[in-house]
Amino acid sequence: MSPKVSEHNAHPLSLGKYISGFLGSILLTMTAYMLVTHGSANKAVVVGVLATLAVVQFVVQMVFFLHVGDERKPRWKLLVMFLMLGVVLILVGGSIWVMNDLNYRMMDSPQQMQKYLKSQDSL
Amino acid sequence: MSEVTTLDMSRIEAEATEKTVLGFWAYLMTDCVLFASLFAVYAVLHGNTFGGSNGRELFKLPYVLVETMALLTSSFTCGLAMIAAQKRDRSQVLLWLGVTFLLGLTFLGLELSEFHHMVLDGNSWRRSGFLSSYFTLVGTHGLHITFGLIWMAVISILILKRGFTESMLKRLTLLSLFWHFLDIIWIFIFTIVYLFGSLNI
Repeated sequence: MSPKVSEHNAHPLSLGKYISGFLGSILLTMTAYMLVTHGSANKAVVVGVLATLAVVQFVVQMVFFLHVGDERKPRWKLLVMFLMLGVVLILVGGSIWVMNDLNYRMMDSPQQMQKYLKSQDSL
Repeated sequence: MSEVTTLDMSRIEAEATEKTVLGFWAYLMTDCVLFASLFAVYAVLHGNTFGGSNGRELFKLPYVLVETMALLTSSFTCGLAMIAAQKRDRSQVLLWLGVTFLLGLTFLGLELSEFHHMVLDGNSWRRSGFLSSYFTLVGTHGLHITFGLIWMAVISILILKRGFTESMLKRLTLLSLFWHFLDIIWIFIFTIVYLFGSLNI
């Protein structure tokens, strides 16, 4: 239709942004991949780096593909996103915490549990 | 006078679109919570292989990398379709939507073939807690991709039949959000399931 309609878009899409997002994502994915297939570093370090690379790629795609932060005030989209991140952190972090704690308290096997209970004189 | 009215009308329309996009965005964020709960289940169960194979033995990383690249490229071409849509360039929109569709279909085909081989080798979702959570998490993502592909096909057919209207732009905007969002979920599946799995964590 008339160009007037597109003038109302607060943020006309730019090809450059998509290209930088695409190249950035490829670079981050390949780095993570090479780290696992060719790396020989300490496992704990590798896991930390991989997690960081994933979070960076999340931010890159959120900004370049989903245009987070481009909207005009009030920034409802950003607010909803932070709410989601909070819920996700509680849900995932909480589950892992609780279940690991449970594993720790239940020990490795029923046999070990029996031994422990016997040693505590409760059986 | 009529100039003002059309301007007002298009402003009202733009505001309505903005509201729809915000609503859809809220849906996407709750979908994130769904995936987060599946990730949590996977994180808790991934060590419970019940004497069967673990991720290191099952996952073929080069294969998964091809899948990842197909999906990532489709996310990019979906963006190109959106740029063409803003320019109201109907043939370009259809071209890039078609490329996106084919790449998405490639991804889905690769994933289904991977699932098929795993099940044939006796590593189905019934084998262990690890595999149940794996198939649920990755399968839910695949199901989203399937719906995305159907949606894309419907929009393409509508554009072919009715031409590129303003309501098509709105639908395409929502579809592109959905598609980019699925690529973002895949980053975490790739990292947490496949890369961490290959490290035997």
